[in-house]
Amino acid sequence: MSRASAVPITIRQVAKAYGTVAALDCIDLDVRSGEFLTLLGPSGSGKTTLLMVLAGFIRPDQGSLRFGDQEVIRLAPHKRDIGMVFQNYALFPHLDVAANVAYPLKLRGVSAADCARRVTQALQTVKLEGLGTRRVHELSGGQRQRVALARAIVFEPRILLMDEPLSALDKQLRESMQIELRHLHDQLGMTTVYVTHDQREALTMSDRVAVIAGGRLMQVDTPRMLYDRPGNRFVAEFIGESSFLEVTASGGAWCWNGRPLQLSTEPSGSMDPQPAQGARACLMLRPERLRIAQAGQGSPAPGTNALPARVGDVIYQGDTFLVQALLDDGTRVSARAIAGAAALARAPARNETVELHFDAGEAVLLPEEGPR
Amino acid sequence: MLLGLSGPALALVLVTMVLPIAWLFGLSFLADDGSLSLVRYRRMIEQPSYARIFGATFKVSLLTTALCVVLGYPLAYVLSQLPRRAANLCLIAVMLPFWTSLLVRTYAWLVLLQRRGLVNTWGMELGLWDEPLALVHNLSGTLIGMVHIMLPFLVLPVLNSMRSIDMDCMKAAANLGASPTRAFWSVFFPMSLPGLFAGSLLVFVICLGFYVTPAVLGGGKIVMVSNQIANDIELFFNWGAASSLGVVLLVSTMALLWLASRLTRLEQLLGASR
Repeated sequence: MSRASAVPITIRQVAKAYGTVAALDCIDLDVRSGEFLTLLGPSGSGKTTLLMVLAGFIRPDQGSLRFGDQEVIRLAPHKRDIGMVFQNYALFPHLDVAANVAYPLKLRGVSAADCARRVTQALQTVKLEGLGTRRVHELSGGQRQRVALARAIVFEPRILLMDEPLSALDKQLRESMQIELRHLHDQLGMTTVYVTHDQREALTMSDRVAVIAGGRLMQVDTPRMLYDRPGNRFVAEFIGESSFLEVTASGGAWCWNGRPLQLSTEPSGSMDPQPAQGARACLMLRPERLRIAQAGQGSPAPGTNALPARVGDVIYQGDTFLVQALLDDGTRVSARAIAGAAALARAPARNETVELHFDAGEAVLLPEEGPR
Repeated sequence: MLLGLSGPALALVLVTMVLPIAWLFGLSFLADDGSLSLVRYRRMIEQPSYARIFGATFKVSLLTTALCVVLGYPLAYVLSQLPRRAANLCLIAVMLPFWTSLLVRTYAWLVLLQRRGLVNTWGMELGLWDEPLALVHNLSGTLIGMVHIMLPFLVLPVLNSMRSIDMDCMKAAANLGASPTRAFWSVFFPMSLPGLFAGSLLVFVICLGFYVTPAVLGGGKIVMVSNQIANDIELFFNWGAASSLGVVLLVSTMALLWLASRLTRLEQLLGASR
């Protein structure tokens, strides 16, 4: 398997409507050669539809799709020479494991000797050596998943598609498989498009994530950028946890509840750091970026903002504890801290008045109403 | 408690089925003079006419089964690919004859296929042939009638089997490089084989014991085991001979079904709950 065989994918203006509902709304997307890109979105967002367009099972109403230099939008699925792993694996029950994995090779006229060698190699790659003679129904869910993977990579496709392949596995197995799949991708180097609704999975495995909702791309970025610098409210809410403050511009600075806030001077996304008087926006705060401090300790350090709040519930969650608090203007915010012994000892009590501190660079300004 | 509730039903089955069959079974071991003997079974092996009868029975059953498969499999395939509502409407069309009396259907075929029947009259009037075709009172007529009656027995298990095929497997086959034809023969067809096997077996087993249709449409030229049993009883009043044939038929049918159940999960294929 050579990295040289990976190709980029170019999607231009792809649209698909079912009746009046737009499943895909003029999507433009570039997947780089050898990249691991995840399509992330809630149910019905269009991510699986887009994957099916890539595979050739759904013909879009318009648009262009290129694998490298080849225009494939009208190419039948069996001529596209790409691999796919289905959500429920779609293994052939009438063939044993080795025959399942050998299937694409037989279709390509590979000699019996070569076939056997490559099947063994593929099974070794997915850590299933020795299970070639097992029947499909004798395998566990995790093993079936690996067979499906072996079958999809054995013929060294230029592109690999995966439709929520880990969703049927239990949590422990899913998490270890995420890392394994990532290692496999690094080893084989093919362009991979992965579909999931689990944002944690997307952040763990991907080079870049394309967040999709309502048939439209919300943001395409690296996991770090999506988490730290979401471009709109949808992405901010979908990825990780967040609290939102309503802020208004006054005197050239953003203010919450009349108090000016110290925010990062870097322009964040589409937001103007020098806003017009009366402009409105929302400020996103991640729970782990809010520090809980005692009230009445004087002004905080420069570059830090302090929000007075009354504590509601304090929820212990094993590795962390969550403090839900109410601000003066009725906004609910959550702060999260590591549940070490000292931190737990200092944890606030219900109805206690505290100050929530956050640094200038850790809040993100977003347009008031993001695209939904 | 359970025995008490099922008591009446058990008694009914006992009186109407088990006892008469046991009596018939016993009859086959009695010679003409009333003594216990195996003479009837020996005669079956010795006399060539019995071999001919068994041969005819198997031949007709095999041919009917083969024709049902050839006609019924494509029909089931089309039904499995149609959207549910259209498929169910078509299924009603396949099942409708099923709910009509067997005798009525058989005689209807007689009316259609006989010398001055509908088929011959229209065929000659349209100039397709000059002499009336001999479509009844022979093997052809028998087969036409039997295939018509047996078709639902094949279509239903095959359709069941086809509907339970995961269509993602077909998508996977296409994605891996199989053309639609290749995908059908290498994935869909093998996965539908259990249903085809069950349906064929069902048709074959029912054909073995079939009476009315070969009797009416065969015109006496087709003598299957069932016809011989009828002759033994109606013409020769030979209950012993009739029952011995009946026993052979019953035992061979049960043996076939047992063999099939060892090879496949037959009950599931024929529609038992999963």
